[in-house]
Amino acid sequence: MGTVNLELSPARRKARRRRARRRYLTVLLFMSPWIIGFLWLYVYPMFASLYFSFTKYDGLLGSPRWTGLTNYRFMFTHDPLFWQSLRNTIWIVIVGVPLTILLGVGTAYVLTKPRRGRSFYRLAFFVPTMVPAVAASIAFLFLLNPSGPIDTALRFFHIPRPLWFQDPQWSKPGLVLLGLWGVGSTMIIFLAALLNVPSHLYEAADIEGANAWQKFRHITLPMISPVIFFSAVIGVIYGFQYFTEAYVIAQGAGGGTGPGSGSSLGYPLGSTLFYTIWLYQQGFESFHLGYASAMAWVLFVIVMACTLVLIKSSNRWVYYQGGFR
Amino acid sequence: MSGATVSAPIVRTRRRSAEARRKDLLSSVATHSVAIGLSAMFLLPLVFVVLTSLMTQHQSLTSDLIPHPIQWSNYRDIFNEQPMLLYGKNTVIYSVLATVGVVLSSVPVAYALGVIEWRGQRAAFLLVIATMMLPTQVTVVPLYLIFVKLHWIDSLKPLIIPAFFGDAFSIFLLRQFFRTIPGELVDAARVDGANELQIMWHVVVKTAKPAIVAVALFQFLYCWNDFFLPLLYTVNNPRIWTLSVGLQQFTGAHRGVLWNLQMAASVLFMLPVIILFLLAQKAFIEGITLTGVKG
Repeated sequence: MGTVNLELSPARRKARRRRARRRYLTVLLFMSPWIIGFLWLYVYPMFASLYFSFTKYDGLLGSPRWTGLTNYRFMFTHDPLFWQSLRNTIWIVIVGVPLTILLGVGTAYVLTKPRRGRSFYRLAFFVPTMVPAVAASIAFLFLLNPSGPIDTALRFFHIPRPLWFQDPQWSKPGLVLLGLWGVGSTMIIFLAALLNVPSHLYEAADIEGANAWQKFRHITLPMISPVIFFSAVIGVIYGFQYFTEAYVIAQGAGGGTGPGSGSSLGYPLGSTLFYTIWLYQQGFESFHLGYASAMAWVLFVIVMACTLVLIKSSNRWVYYQGGFR
Repeated sequence: MSGATVSAPIVRTRRRSAEARRKDLLSSVATHSVAIGLSAMFLLPLVFVVLTSLMTQHQSLTSDLIPHPIQWSNYRDIFNEQPMLLYGKNTVIYSVLATVGVVLSSVPVAYALGVIEWRGQRAAFLLVIATMMLPTQVTVVPLYLIFVKLHWIDSLKPLIIPAFFGDAFSIFLLRQFFRTIPGELVDAARVDGANELQIMWHVVVKTAKPAIVAVALFQFLYCWNDFFLPLLYTVNNPRIWTLSVGLQQFTGAHRGVLWNLQMAASVLFMLPVIILFLLAQKAFIEGITLTGVKG
């Protein structure tokens, strides 16, 4: 390529450079919506919130006043609700993400088996993911209420009946159930991955006399491990931002009177106070904008750290066919 | 375990096939029972919601499962209890305009990232993906302040206008699809003297219709279901509440009572997207098969 370039006449080189410049101009034009959005909606706000996190900035009419690390020091040493919200969030990620992956693989596996009726089952498993999060939360508020259908069913089978969203021990498991009801979107990508496993691998295993578990463990699992990895990363990123379901249910389950009253925050007993809910309360109900920004950056660092750990560990357990990526 | 006599293999095959048939039947029964059981677990919550939406208020507080009498008027009363039409209108405005904005702005970006060849493309693509990993909370305080200064708070503008500046997830999906379009198609158009805008419109957009429909669908569903940002930007002005915010506030104000109306409202809220999904699922799969045959 380089030698060809040297042999070109200056005029042709100029023409070529002009073409390259025009191409970049075209690219710039096509990319411009995203470039403007990136600067306006990501770059500026990121730096601004990093700056705010080192300031005391209360209320929309005030202006930020530099306080150094005060917000961070307060968060780690003087704000028990920060720690409680972080504990609750880690709980929901550690319990929710693996269960979602397990049930996602399980339901997808069930779907690969039947020769007839697969499209009906797939529809049945998937429809709950279409239900808007607020509607699903209200539905589960009703389903798990002390005289609701689940309670009736448990009583029928003489199984102990928890109070779910009225009991700090059971509110988070109730939220996990709600999350698992929407496992369909995870299931769909696992289904595609399972159907993509080449059948000759299973045939070869059959000839070697492998049993079902051995086939799953040594063929299926490695082949779908990239999807497991993808689900884990997405699950962690979004799990740490868990908000809607917990907000709707805490406000709908109890506490004082009227929406927005502080008494329903994390109801019952702060057991559903998740990180973003405490951040929302601090930022947009108490208007501690500096403190909320500091909390946002701590969240960002935690999410980045978890994602990096997952990526680092992936060399050991994620199998890429033909080593692509 | 090889057969000793000549006739043995035949006998064994027949016996094995009978056994295999019985085994097949058993495993078929087993898989269908598991699948039916799971289907019930996924569908029963919706059945209970619909049943409760037809109960009297008194009955909805009991542990009854079947409505008696069936009170269809709940579906009228919820419109008197809550301005459902207004919430519905706001939700449609937000969802439709934001979807239009995302499609219009993301197609050219995906085209630049997937079809045109240029140095730095891969880095730009990674940057687009990286924005997906940034928690909303990191940018939300400064954005809120920007929207306050622009007097956009308590209007739908902060939800709609940013959609016209590209959406990372949509760009990602479109770009992946654009990459599968045969290069000869694009090159042929270039040889014919078409400029990039013409190629994008006449070749890429035409070929990628199913992908664009899918992206529009995903975005529409996302907006319809969205809660955090509508809550943040509209909570103080009930006239612009979306269905998400309106129903959440309704539930928060009537804790543990009016289950029948809450369920009726939830049914009305989820029905459009479920119908849309049932209709579009077919169109979507048909679109993919069509391009598969053509490609």
